[in-house]
Amino acid sequence: MDLTYTPEEEEFRARLREWLAEAIPALPPKPSPDDWPGRRAYDLGWQRTLYDAGYAGLHWPLDAGGRGATPVQHLIYLEESEKAGAPYVGANFVGLLHAGPTIAAEGTASQRARWLPPVLRGEEVWCQGFSEPDAGSDLAALRTRAWRDGDDYVVSGSKIWTSHAEVADWCELLVRTDPSAPRHRGISWLAMPMDAPGITVRPLRTLAGSAEFAEVFLDEVRIPVAHRVGAENDGWRVTMVTLSYERGTAFVGEVVACRRVLGELAHAARGNGRWDDPVLRRWLGRLNAEFRALWRLTQWNVSEAERTGGVPGVGGSVFKLRYSHARQELYDAAAEVLGPEALDLDREWTRDRLTSLSYTIAAGTSQIQRNIVAERILGLPKGR
Amino acid sequence: MDFQLTEDQRALRDGVRALLAGRFGPEALRAAVARGGRGLDRTLWRELGEAGFFSLRLPEADGGVGLGLPEAVLAFEEAGRVLLPGPLVATHLAAGEVAGAATGETVVTAVYGGLVEWLDESDAVRDAAGSTAGDGAAGAVPLTSVDPLTPLHRVPGGLPVDPPGDASPTSPAGPTGPSDPLATLLTSAEQLGNAARTCEAAVQHARTREQFGQPIGAFQAVKHLCAQMLVRVELARAAVYAAAVTADPMDIAAARLLADDAAVRGARDCLQVHGGMGFTWESDVHLYLKRAWVRTRRGGPATESEELLADDLVAGAGR
Repeated sequence: MDLTYTPEEEEFRARLREWLAEAIPALPPKPSPDDWPGRRAYDLGWQRTLYDAGYAGLHWPLDAGGRGATPVQHLIYLEESEKAGAPYVGANFVGLLHAGPTIAAEGTASQRARWLPPVLRGEEVWCQGFSEPDAGSDLAALRTRAWRDGDDYVVSGSKIWTSHAEVADWCELLVRTDPSAPRHRGISWLAMPMDAPGITVRPLRTLAGSAEFAEVFLDEVRIPVAHRVGAENDGWRVTMVTLSYERGTAFVGEVVACRRVLGELAHAARGNGRWDDPVLRRWLGRLNAEFRALWRLTQWNVSEAERTGGVPGVGGSVFKLRYSHARQELYDAAAEVLGPEALDLDREWTRDRLTSLSYTIAAGTSQIQRNIVAERILGLPKGR
Repeated sequence: MDFQLTEDQRALRDGVRALLAGRFGPEALRAAVARGGRGLDRTLWRELGEAGFFSLRLPEADGGVGLGLPEAVLAFEEAGRVLLPGPLVATHLAAGEVAGAATGETVVTAVYGGLVEWLDESDAVRDAAGSTAGDGAAGAVPLTSVDPLTPLHRVPGGLPVDPPGDASPTSPAGPTGPSDPLATLLTSAEQLGNAARTCEAAVQHARTREQFGQPIGAFQAVKHLCAQMLVRVELARAAVYAAAVTADPMDIAAARLLADDAAVRGARDCLQVHGGMGFTWESDVHLYLKRAWVRTRRGGPATESEELLADDLVAGAGR
């Protein structure tokens, strides 16, 4: 067990830190949360900056245009970026963490050449067309249907909880290509251009007040068969590749962010007198223990990924379960520190508190994650 | 950075596990319970000494094994798994200071959190500062220990029964002095082993016990209890191992809170999964819960660790 970094890793960290210190002050002002075109431009601009500096697609394989960085280097990148206050991956989330890695792993040479460089260069935004109104946690129940018509699929149905749909260029779309097959086996993975005729995007307002995601309606949308990644009816397996990336690395930077917020909370409590309350103080102390341990678990999982060749395992579910609840508790503690101001929607911590409510639902609910842990790690029997 | 067990560490863990399985299996555990916490097994104690359990961190020049805290933590985790009785932590920490402790010839106990374990069966008593010079256990009064495998004495002037109700930033250390971080860490390792074992026991029971025509582990209510047990174990493991690597007092305080949580809640959940059988004396579950309770007192009140970690937030925000 070794928590020290190699000289190469320390050098990587030092160079990155130096570059971030120059790049971040040069950023344009942050757009407001509801300014979607502004957010798209801001996120793509940061991606382009990363690309020009050689930090784009750090964890992507070399033959996909990435840097082939080790999981530990990626950890350092996410840690330093968060500490330096670099922008979040934002609109590039699906492209960099879902669709990109999936195409890199499963796509043909021409598919990789067509779709990967624009993601790395910050030219195209992807969204995720997985969930449907009747297929959320039960993803395999999806009903959006695709028929073959010559060289095209003709797709009809609807998707929901599609983040960034309004400003996306492409959608990684799961469709049912064989309704007679067992439900996991009749699904295909398509790349859908968001400007194709027949697509209607309707924003959904979240409880935080923002239009964070959208419903997408598909009415006989034509998608070339050449846009299918992986074999026809093999989309479920292709999708599992995508989801393992999501659970494996998506939250590293956020643990660092939560530790920063916790420190800010302590200072705010000192400033407004709430620190004198031993119950609140000890609650913050316990949260410190919690997020320190979550950071250690992150280092453990990354070390394991490094030993096993970089593919994140089901251990990500263990992390996600505890992290998502701890994050909600962090913002409950923030409300205790803020006092009456916790009801002011203009306070960042109030908005973050609202946003944190999604963490135990998105990317697989806590209940689904517990089933995964119980069945795949502990080997308990599947329920009826 | 490679935060995983090395080959040598795995071999050490497996070796200690095999030794304890052969020497302190379920029957030996039951025999010890039948003795009612009297008569510490001195033969076993010497065997542990010969195997290097107590001298693990002593330099080879001093007759020790010359390993570090991470290895000690792995050994104590195994001791926690099988509920090995006796003042293991105190004797381990006395190796090199008290003659015969390293070899297991001498049984050394200590005052932790105002309590002394196995006082009547020990040859020496350490105080919280690690000294065996004074009589740290003078006037100690026996109490009827909740754990049938850990006889306890309460030390007069030790920490009060009720936590202090004041609002000062740090708890008063009390007459017994501040808690010893190394003792706290090794105790956390035992708690981790305790938690890992009750998680396994619950899963094993849930796989085999049938109700309503199927294993109870197929029911989501039971399944989710088990999943949460594993989540607590894995988080505690990461915290305890990291604290062993860094020996940082904040890492140790964090490890202590998470390991106590994993051990105590894990044993309770294990009891719940076992149902009525779990509430019987015949089931081992209560032994795990009671030992976990005893160990939560060794590092001082949990609020002391929480206050330490709260101070850390103010001292180094955003680290």
